[in-house]
Amino acid sequence: MNRSIKNRVVTGSFYFIFTLLAVGIFLPIWVLFIASFKPGGDLLQYGLNLDLNCARMNLDNYILLFSGQHEYWKWFFNSISLTVITVLGTLIISSFVGYGFAAYDFKGKKFLFILVLLILSIPLEVVMLPLYKQISSWKMMDSYTAIVLPFLAHASTIFFFRQYLLSIPRSLMEAGRIDGATEYGIFYRLIVPLMKPAFSAMAILNGMNAWNNYLWPLLVIRSSEKYTLTLGLNTLINPYGDNYSLLIVGSVFSVIPIFLLFVAFQKYFIEGMMAGAVKG
Amino acid sequence: MKKFFYSKKIAPYVFICPFVITVLLFWLVPICNGVLLSFQDVLKNKWVGFDNYSRLLTDKVFRRALWNSFKYMTGTLVLLIPFPLLFATMLNSRWIKKTEFFKSVYFIPALTSVVVAGTIFRLMFGESATSLFNQVLAVFGVSPVKWLKGAGTSFFALLLLACWRWTGVNILYFLAGLQSIPTDLYEAASIDGASGWQQFVKISVPLVKPTTVYVLTISVYAGLSMFLESNMLFKGNNSPNNIGLTIVGYLYRQGVEKRALGYACAVGLILLLVVMAVNLIQLKVTGTFEEGRD
Repeated sequence: MNRSIKNRVVTGSFYFIFTLLAVGIFLPIWVLFIASFKPGGDLLQYGLNLDLNCARMNLDNYILLFSGQHEYWKWFFNSISLTVITVLGTLIISSFVGYGFAAYDFKGKKFLFILVLLILSIPLEVVMLPLYKQISSWKMMDSYTAIVLPFLAHASTIFFFRQYLLSIPRSLMEAGRIDGATEYGIFYRLIVPLMKPAFSAMAILNGMNAWNNYLWPLLVIRSSEKYTLTLGLNTLINPYGDNYSLLIVGSVFSVIPIFLLFVAFQKYFIEGMMAGAVKG
Repeated sequence: MKKFFYSKKIAPYVFICPFVITVLLFWLVPICNGVLLSFQDVLKNKWVGFDNYSRLLTDKVFRRALWNSFKYMTGTLVLLIPFPLLFATMLNSRWIKKTEFFKSVYFIPALTSVVVAGTIFRLMFGESATSLFNQVLAVFGVSPVKWLKGAGTSFFALLLLACWRWTGVNILYFLAGLQSIPTDLYEAASIDGASGWQQFVKISVPLVKPTTVYVLTISVYAGLSMFLESNMLFKGNNSPNNIGLTIVGYLYRQGVEKRALGYACAVGLILLLVVMAVNLIQLKVTGTFEEGRD
């Protein structure tokens, strides 16, 4: 076969395969989106599908979302505040620790760093129940502190910052010392400004995880006025009443903030997600 | 005092301090407590020795949960490593140029929460003839299936959910790995007349191994500790004949729903041992230890 024709056939079939995959991956999102215009009762009865029955489609769910009697926006803003607290706290604490690992040689460093790696490989579910008991004996149940505090020094975030900071030459810190800066001053004045890309990647990753977090908040949070979006949405999944209207349109709106962030800061999403895959 | 705090000898420990406190308070203490609790009957408030563990050995439901978790882990390993690697190689090849759009679309599912993703899939796998997957079956003349009532079909739904969420991310992992392979290797190989497939098998696969080991490790971890996906798909922790029950699902059922904290902690420690063991075996088989020694 002629070489250029063969090339074109291969290129064409590659584009075909990847377009097909893209359609398949986008399909559930599309199905969710069109479902947000259908009556909630239809969903219970018919399930999710691709049908576009214009006569039955309307904006009722959106009207319900914006003007109905429900707690959706309360959950939404709870999630926003919890996400902001988590991200700020995690970035400050974990960058501090990551710097300690990257910038100094000290006794016990190797052991402690192995501990970081070890924690990375223990599922949270293993400690979940004893931790839950501990939190309740500290009378911290039903508080956002209990959701955030155990994970401020976050192993994978520490690991990422440490890797990132290893590339900063120690002579920079030495220069700071000669100029009379304290050890902490060096970190805040010289190093933190250099860490902007690392902060962005970790802010996105931790923000996304906090926004979507479900299992630990489910254990900790009791009162409905403290529900986050994922907890709240899950309470709508019962077959009584017309909750599915709110569930579907609420699900769409729960994805939107992350989606917008993704469109704006795609590079950081991917960088943050790739952080763990250390190249050999 | 101030001078002590600011000295170069002490500063590193101040920096590390939050981590040490976290490890002690939120990992070490809970794990130790978990071990202690696993020897107790918490409801009756008494020590029971190895009773919880010996009960686990004969617990058929737990065995079911173990089996389900292993089955799910194996399924995700088989589907979420070779195919993303193949797709990544194709995206990385000279045949295809504009890949940014595809990469963005493939990443989208990773943005959704388990609650939303699970709900979408549960409703797409609905029982009525009009749910998406029954409509697909109808195209082939197959009558509607109660997807989430049968062991095989619900396992398929679970795997499809996992593939939907993680195929794109794994493609990106492998792409990052492949891009670190020097291109002159491929050039030399094609001058020697190696076909695309030969280059894939002889160059890409061996050189991308560190990425493969990483993806394998997180897949083992995520596969064995899977819970929420099944919880969302089956609308709760109780599936017909426990077809969707996983190790963590059983831990949750015993510890939270039945308040048998001691028994649940024993399940948790078994999970810890299993994850550690599988990871060790996996690292041994893939030869990561040997490489580390060089």
